[in-house]
Amino acid sequence: MAGAYRSFSRLLSSRGPLGLLSLAGAGSLTAALLLHPHRERAVSAAEAGRRRYPASADYPDLRKHNNCMASHLTPAIYAKLCDRATPNGYTLDQAIQTGVDNPGHPFIKTVGMVAGDEESYEVFAELLDPVITERHNGYNPRTMTHPTDLDSSKLTSGVFDDKYVLSSRVRTGRSIRGLSLPPACSRAERREVERVVVDALSGLKGDLTGRYFSLTQMTDAEQQQLIDDHFLFDKPVSPLLTCAGMARDWPDARGIWHNNEKTFLIWVNEEDHTRVISMEKGGNMKRVFERFCRGLKEVERLIQERGWEFMWNERLGYVLTCPSNLGTGLRAGVHVKLPLLSKDSRFNKILDNLRLQKRGTGGVDTAAVGGTFDISNLDRLGQSEVQLVQTVVDGVNYLVECEKRLEKGQDIKVPAPIKTFK
Amino acid sequence: MSDKVDDAAKCMSKLTLTVNRRCVDDEYPDLSKHHNHMAKVLTKDMYARLRERVTSSGFTIDNVIQTGVDNPGHPFIMTVGCVAGDEETYEVFKELLDPVIEDRHGGYKPTDKHKTDINSDNLQGGDDLDPAYVLSSRVRTGRSIRGFTLPPHCSRGERRAIEKMSSEALDSLSGDLKGKYYALKDMTEEEQQQLIDDHFLFDKPVSPLLLASGMGRDWPDARGIWHNNNKTFLVWVNEEDHLRVISMQKGGNMKEVFARFCTGLTKIEDLFKQHGHQFMWNEHLGYVLTCPSNLGTGLRAGVHVKLPNMSKNPQFEDVLKRLRLQKRGTGGVDTAAVGGVFDISNADRLGFSEVELVQMVVDGIKLLVDMEKRLEKGQAIDDLIPEQK
Repeated sequence: MAGAYRSFSRLLSSRGPLGLLSLAGAGSLTAALLLHPHRERAVSAAEAGRRRYPASADYPDLRKHNNCMASHLTPAIYAKLCDRATPNGYTLDQAIQTGVDNPGHPFIKTVGMVAGDEESYEVFAELLDPVITERHNGYNPRTMTHPTDLDSSKLTSGVFDDKYVLSSRVRTGRSIRGLSLPPACSRAERREVERVVVDALSGLKGDLTGRYFSLTQMTDAEQQQLIDDHFLFDKPVSPLLTCAGMARDWPDARGIWHNNEKTFLIWVNEEDHTRVISMEKGGNMKRVFERFCRGLKEVERLIQERGWEFMWNERLGYVLTCPSNLGTGLRAGVHVKLPLLSKDSRFNKILDNLRLQKRGTGGVDTAAVGGTFDISNLDRLGQSEVQLVQTVVDGVNYLVECEKRLEKGQDIKVPAPIKTFK
Repeated sequence: MSDKVDDAAKCMSKLTLTVNRRCVDDEYPDLSKHHNHMAKVLTKDMYARLRERVTSSGFTIDNVIQTGVDNPGHPFIMTVGCVAGDEETYEVFKELLDPVIEDRHGGYKPTDKHKTDINSDNLQGGDDLDPAYVLSSRVRTGRSIRGFTLPPHCSRGERRAIEKMSSEALDSLSGDLKGKYYALKDMTEEEQQQLIDDHFLFDKPVSPLLLASGMGRDWPDARGIWHNNNKTFLVWVNEEDHLRVISMQKGGNMKEVFARFCTGLTKIEDLFKQHGHQFMWNEHLGYVLTCPSNLGTGLRAGVHVKLPNMSKNPQFEDVLKRLRLQKRGTGGVDTAAVGGVFDISNADRLGFSEVELVQMVVDGIKLLVDMEKRLEKGQAIDDLIPEQK
């Protein structure tokens, strides 16, 4: 595929209110200037034209770095990609800035780069493909295809013992095709995302009927309620996110939508265009996943009615800001009480073999409290939503069984490792 | 890699890029809750005109104002809310920056001329501030190297070139200015500890005012500290400006501090000129730096001075204002005073020469110390209250 040409034609055919796009080449490349009747002539940003130094002078010092970007960004790849830009003007330097600024930790390998728009994944494929392959356990975006399956009826045994499983949750993200992603979007694009999404959400009915709370306009009372419900998100403080430019113009065009029942929640313009979360107390993962799939499909239908679509392709599945969230972007998890199992020396091995990860109950980078853990799927790309949630269901059932056996003084077994897409 | 991707790559190479445009209403920032100079001045119409412009290095109005959009500020402390990405910014975006400069620098007009005077012989007195009160004296300024973009915008290649040129120039200083450069990313643990003990080490900026404008990118690449062996002349490379130049010593001999400051700056400038480089300067804005608040002299001359009685006097603030001085805590900007010891320095940067500003500090501190001595003895200070300078 030719990234420039596909996005060109998509922009031409899209019914979204896009401005004009101009590509002008230095040298023999053709220039095309489109005039939209209601927009002014575009201005040249000249970003790519200003390189004063050879690539070797601009190549970042990554000797003390431990992230996926640093592992794969050779001087040769940098030289090849550093003068490129996506049609929106997003450059390699911008994509890797977060990884340059955050060297990482010897034990925790972060991704170290982001996408500024859908085209980033094509324009910077020489770097992003190996990063994706490393992060997603060998998934090769050049040769493999990602399965999407949001048919929740296929899920089996998805109801857990409430004595152990305190809550169940499934989250993912969705990006609106044709608009830049949080690291790169202008204020107008971000506001457009908000408008498109909020407009679509207002069409949800039944148990999905809900309301939008804009961060700039919410009242103190609304804010307090959202905090009490644990729904409110705050301006990112993590340098991984701020160095990628995702906090610009905060809190403009950011907000939270949730249904009246408080079981379906959407974050607008935080780390992705949208983050979609289905949850409830207790162990009925089947119902959580059913609502998740139904809600997502309904939102998709509503935006399509208005001429928009989600970013998706069969190589990468759903396209999101961070390469770690490609594919399904899905994290299905439970808060589960495993006081005995968690003290067993085989706990981590069991989790590994079940393709699960543990976190503290505050989410990523928090500690477990009172033997209660957040257990969720490790994988995102290469398996479908149904497959990943099934993995969590089967895995949690196994963990709870282990806990029960340990309670009775019985021994447990480490299960055989389950196969990933390989 | 397939041929088609190569074709796409060739199209992407060396593009003159165009921004995907939307109407002004959608792009104009919401500044309704903001208190900074940029927000006071930037109307929607002005934004509409300025977004048509860009400097030749690619710096846009959105780049200029990002820090001010992200940091609404406080009604009591007016931050500037905008930065320059290169020397041209002050020309290309003058419609915004001129009124910001006028507001920030006490009515300085777009047609005004700024006087530069770094001849320390022109300073009168200043060698006898009472060391029982004046604990230390310091003069700092910044310099930018013409032809390079500024910290909010520079590439790694540019920043490294600035580091190389600066450390080479500084390495050729001699006499009491002979010293050594410590690159942040190469220094040993011991060197780092020594620099901390000397209070020379600067750290990655944490202030959102600086981070939001992109000055922290690629830290600590091409950042470093140079100081002379006597530890009285210090240069920061690639922190908030290309160069920050500091002369300091314990005690109250501001004259000596200023003399070394002027000599050092002049020598550094000569060394740069020998290599075909010059500092960014023009007769309207003086020395051009990243933040509009540091234009003109970029100079802050100050002392750490013990004023336990004076600082409790209800007229303290007013006296400072009349003397055109400002107070800070001894940790620098936005810190509190400890034990009645204050950092007192000139409030102005632009519209007065270096000599004039240091003179104000010297004269002002003399007066404040006299007032302190009076208050110690329980005497009145009314006859000492100065006119507004």
